[in-house]
Amino acid sequence: MTSAVPPKGTGPLARREARLAWGLLLPTIFSVAMVIILPLLSIFWISFKPIGLADLRPPVPVVRESLRGRPAAAGDVAEVEYRLRNSSQDEVISGVTLSDHWPPGISLVGEMPEGCSLSGQDFFCDFGDIDPKFNSRFRIEVEVGQAFFDWGGDPEESLPVVTGTADNVLTNAEFTLDNFRRIFDGAEFWSVLGVTLAYTIFGTIGALVVGLFAALLLNREFRGQGVLRGLYLFPYVAPVIAVAFTWVTLFDPTSGSANELLIRMGLTGAGINFFGQKPLALIMVILFEVWRYFPLSFLFILARLQSIDHDMYEAADMDGASPFQKFWYLSLPMLLGILSVLFLLRFIWTFNKFDDIFLLTGGSAGTRTLTVNVYEQAFAISNIGAGAAVAVLIFAILLVFSFFFFRFISREEGL
Amino acid sequence: MKTLRKGAIVGPVVGALWLLIVATAVAVAMSFATGNAFRPGLAGSILLGVTLGGAALTIRNAWLLIVTGAIAAFMMTAAGIGAVQVGDGVDTVQVALASLVTGIGAGWPLSVILARQPTGEMTRHEFEEVLLRFLTGFGYIFFTAIVVIPFYVMVMTSLKSQQALLANPLDFSVDLSKGWDLFRSYRELFEDFHFGSYLWTSFYVSVLTVLITLLFSVPGAYAVARLRFTGRAAFSRSILLIYMVPMIVVALPIYIVFSVTGLRNSIFGLVLIYPVTTIPVSLYMLQGYFRGLPSEVEDAGLMDGLSRLQVIWKITLPLSLPALASVSLYVFMIAWNEFLLAFMLLDDPSKFTLTRGVAMLNSSEVPRQHLMAGAVIATVPIMVLFLGLEKFMTRGLTAGSVKG
Repeated sequence: MTSAVPPKGTGPLARREARLAWGLLLPTIFSVAMVIILPLLSIFWISFKPIGLADLRPPVPVVRESLRGRPAAAGDVAEVEYRLRNSSQDEVISGVTLSDHWPPGISLVGEMPEGCSLSGQDFFCDFGDIDPKFNSRFRIEVEVGQAFFDWGGDPEESLPVVTGTADNVLTNAEFTLDNFRRIFDGAEFWSVLGVTLAYTIFGTIGALVVGLFAALLLNREFRGQGVLRGLYLFPYVAPVIAVAFTWVTLFDPTSGSANELLIRMGLTGAGINFFGQKPLALIMVILFEVWRYFPLSFLFILARLQSIDHDMYEAADMDGASPFQKFWYLSLPMLLGILSVLFLLRFIWTFNKFDDIFLLTGGSAGTRTLTVNVYEQAFAISNIGAGAAVAVLIFAILLVFSFFFFRFISREEGL
Repeated sequence: MKTLRKGAIVGPVVGALWLLIVATAVAVAMSFATGNAFRPGLAGSILLGVTLGGAALTIRNAWLLIVTGAIAAFMMTAAGIGAVQVGDGVDTVQVALASLVTGIGAGWPLSVILARQPTGEMTRHEFEEVLLRFLTGFGYIFFTAIVVIPFYVMVMTSLKSQQALLANPLDFSVDLSKGWDLFRSYRELFEDFHFGSYLWTSFYVSVLTVLITLLFSVPGAYAVARLRFTGRAAFSRSILLIYMVPMIVVALPIYIVFSVTGLRNSIFGLVLIYPVTTIPVSLYMLQGYFRGLPSEVEDAGLMDGLSRLQVIWKITLPLSLPALASVSLYVFMIAWNEFLLAFMLLDDPSKFTLTRGVAMLNSSEVPRQHLMAGAVIATVPIMVLFLGLEKFMTRGLTAGSVKG
């Protein structure tokens, strides 16, 4: 008789469970891989490509067909004209062919252009390679027979089919470091990095401090507490586009209410261009960030505050602690965990923020952060490669952040 | 420091500072309400504040303080040295109203702030208590102002005409005699700018996003929460990492792929992308909730011959309806408010979502009130949802954000 031993390895039940788990996770993994991971990898590829916005449309041969000469009766001579064009200004298209089906009753009388042939009513041409900016027409003399008029259709209706392959800059083996050279070039890069850091650091700390203040404010029972809590969440819940445009309207240099108010109060003589001048624009954008995201920190800090044991404060009261001492020595240490988690999270998210600045200033007046720079390079300057290079840079910085984040948050939250 | 901690000094100083805050608040509020010139007066505020702050230490009746404050404020304003000063064109009724509000805003809080404080030496406790109450009062005014003013401006601007806005940008008084014409911007948006269809597009895109997100994340969350498999911990962590990827970085390749494949400018493409941006956070929120459910109930179901999928469908899901509601609301909010992808991927005005439609209004050819009306249209549905289901929404926000 053998003694009982615990089973080794994974049994069939465990294997089945693991299979089911992966099965349940598969849709998520697949979709995330397709929409997040794959684009992330492709951004590295694109960042080494000399690719502009216009290159997204691959070069194609374009053909137009027309029947000239207005044949009126059987036996008339007419001309079939093809006009072939290369849609690209700088790419060769190779292996260009043209095939067309001629209507009945059309018969060849003149000479066939080079490379073309006619079998029955099927017309076929092989042009080989066509150069960039290639644009030429060629005509073929034909005789129009009675069958054509009996047929009665529109000869230009059957569209000729052209084929041809061009070198696609997205998939070819041409690589360049120009994109990176361009974004690291000159003082602009450092100013963008500086603005990003200022925006991220001050935006994060501001939102945290203001949120802490709001949470302390509402950490008591009184009538209307719920209403105020809901109200203070408004900036975060409303669509960014609505609140951003409201700020732009409110602070408009000519017709903004804020300026009018300041003028009426005698604080300023003329309208201030809040979002249009350095360094005020950056300050305004940071203020917007603080305004929009203080509710988030407020929500978490309040939740944490309300979970602090009341006995502690009673004990402190017994010991004669003053209100500020209670905050400093009791509440703040209890909040330190959530504050640091919030700081890290908000730091990364503020760093990633694009919409807010884009809507408020469009990155002008010294507010261009790295994320806005991606858009600027890719769409305003139409250099997708450079945009991708900035994106790669952002990604690299984020990797460093997440490393710290995980080392820290694992300790804090026991993840 | 200690010598200054006397009620007779602290009271007037707090009173003066408080009056400055109240006078500013009243001036701003009156300006926004009437469009006339109101401004806080430094000397008047300090004078009135010192008096009231000193008086509050001996007069313990709030009503008396309010009445005294209001009358004093009115007379001072009339004399031109008021805490709230007025420009031309302000009639007596408005001055009286401003004075009354100043009186209430000064007398009542000051009597609360300085309640039970001595005129003589204050203990540290008493002093800090005063400071704390003062900061609390300031906080209420400050936060309410910064939250309410932008939304007030948004709604009121949408009701004005271009000429009225340019003539006096501060005048937000509503001319009720115009009747339904007040809502002209809204009517024009719905009639000429297809906002009805944008509203519908945004709605069904958001609902589809919620449905697809749940469809994907519920099984995934269940697997991570309940089933044992190698790589479980690593998976649950990397889900968070996904949430750290900035959208603009991903949006660029998506734009390229969509341009090449012709998915750009289609709602289908949008519905393809939106759920994926929300699946990770939804999965994370749900697995946290699933973990909290007692597994014994599910084991009982398994014993009774249900398959895993049946257990999820018949036991886990009904038990987690509150969590599902929170997640759905949160995802709906994200999809409804999403701007970047809609902006990059949609060019055809017949297919816009609401946020994209509002972005279209931001041009020099479209008057400001249309832009603000568009902003209101985009904000109201999400606000109604938020206020109606605040409990779920708040929980969703909390769970959705602390963990990633």
